[in-house]
Amino acid sequence: MSRSIALLICLLGGLTMLVSPFLPMATEWSNEVTDWFNILAAMAFVLGGGSLLKVQLMRLSARGPGWGYSAVTLLAFIVTLWVGLGKVGVVADPSAPTVAWSGKPDDEGSAFWWIYLYVMTPITSTLFAVLAFYVASAAFRAFRAKNLEATLLLGTAFVILLGRTFAGVVLTGWLPDWASGLRLENLAVTIMDVFNTAGNRAIIIGIALGVAATGIRLLIGLDRSYLGGDA
Amino acid sequence: MSDAIMNEASPQQGKWWIGLFLAIAVLVAIRASIGEGMGRAYVQTDSTSYSSATGDDGRVMWTAVADGTAGSVTIERVLFASAGEYRAAEAATPGQQAIRISWDRTLGLWLAAFFTLAIFSFLMGDNPAYKFTESIVIGVSAGYWMVVGFWAMLVPKLVAQLAPSMVKAWCMPNLDVSAFNPVALIPLGLGIMLLSQLTPLGRHIGRWPLAFVIGTFAGLKMISHVESDIIEQARATMIPLVAFGDDGSFAPWDSVRNILIVGGVLCTLAYFVFSVEHKGAVGRAARVGVWFLMITFGSAFGFTVMGRIALLAARFEFLFIDWLWLIDPKGQRMVATVSAIAGSCSAILNAI
Repeated sequence: MSRSIALLICLLGGLTMLVSPFLPMATEWSNEVTDWFNILAAMAFVLGGGSLLKVQLMRLSARGPGWGYSAVTLLAFIVTLWVGLGKVGVVADPSAPTVAWSGKPDDEGSAFWWIYLYVMTPITSTLFAVLAFYVASAAFRAFRAKNLEATLLLGTAFVILLGRTFAGVVLTGWLPDWASGLRLENLAVTIMDVFNTAGNRAIIIGIALGVAATGIRLLIGLDRSYLGGDA
Repeated sequence: MSDAIMNEASPQQGKWWIGLFLAIAVLVAIRASIGEGMGRAYVQTDSTSYSSATGDDGRVMWTAVADGTAGSVTIERVLFASAGEYRAAEAATPGQQAIRISWDRTLGLWLAAFFTLAIFSFLMGDNPAYKFTESIVIGVSAGYWMVVGFWAMLVPKLVAQLAPSMVKAWCMPNLDVSAFNPVALIPLGLGIMLLSQLTPLGRHIGRWPLAFVIGTFAGLKMISHVESDIIEQARATMIPLVAFGDDGSFAPWDSVRNILIVGGVLCTLAYFVFSVEHKGAVGRAARVGVWFLMITFGSAFGFTVMGRIALLAARFEFLFIDWLWLIDPKGQRMVATVSAIAGSCSAILNAI
């Protein structure tokens, strides 16, 4: 019974979104359902936070190796939550200066803004920056022009990397005007405009067809894996 | 080291890492003692007064007015100031407080530098500083997104629908809601059911909101993908294979370009058709499609590398400009620092 109702809810939610472009009177329903979806997405963040709390507390109470890091995670989580929900250091918004809580939690000068600027941004951007080393290392080890396909991939990557930087201008800037199409910066533009456009377009169409097929499977109940168990 | 921070590293590795961080600390201390020092943040206070007036629709509107206006409310904001502005203000009025050092932002700057170096240290291997930073970002990210979800979605879209006057008086006076909306009880109920997943018995109760989220998301994505990714992309591919210029003359290069785009899309799609065996014409088309795919992946790889390198450059800029004050593109402290470093170097050389 619980599963049947879940399948019905899934179908109704999906159909509401699907019929809205075709039925003007359904637009309001779809806006309402979109709001519900966004509310549940926000609730999912709360669920994620609760799950993190649960897991870290269990690790902390077990006192296994590295339990100190769980304590650090918990402390960081609780402090961020406290300063964000409590709007610590936030001043009133100019549109309502008499309402103390009217400012945004991430206004300049607030504690939440401080955490975002000095903790979250440097760490996340450095984590992504470090990937530059790993991508370069992996490419050095794995890239071998052993057949036509691998050569195309390798050659295109080099042309794009050189053509989009000053190195491309320095290396091929001497080519005469009649051969200007072979300059690396122009080759990079041609690759992006023609070959990359064609390849990407086919990939996008393929993904969209896959999304549509998966969506239909979910809505009509052929795919029930999200219900868990032996659904 | 105790179990609290070490789980795989040996005591020798721990000593090695401590030695490395001490060496960095000594280098930073030397740098901090040269010239104007390093890593400080300056602030100034912006004070604005606002006065209220009631509009035609009965709403209270607040506008900025001159300081000291009767009945006005003043808001003070602490905003960033540059080192150059601080130096100029100090030169004009020594000991002034209009532009001053912000100790909390200075601490933040040093913490950000520590976190940056700690993440970079992973390139040499796993270590306590990296794990500490990693643990912090996990907690902060979870808290950050919960706070964003709460203030951007839960309060205006849910709480305000259920208790509009309370929300207006508390934090969002300009919100466009007036009365209790009973329909908002549905997402509230679904949300509570979703949160029940945290309890041992909540697995079955949590199915309904999950089904709603999946169904709605599937419907939403089907519409957007079909509209923008199938119809629009197919429309953009329907281009003339024989192109002519504005003056009506034949444009050979544009024609070649269009033929390559149309042919490339069709050949690549042929590669994705798995219900037909890739033999004969289909096989040849699929092979050409693979070439187009390889070129696409190559350009995607090139752009990914460039994006990561740009991020890396941004982190180095932060370390060398904002923290160490070693390079100074805005020309605010370079002259003093360079002359101080040169003076220190010549003093060391003379001593040797």
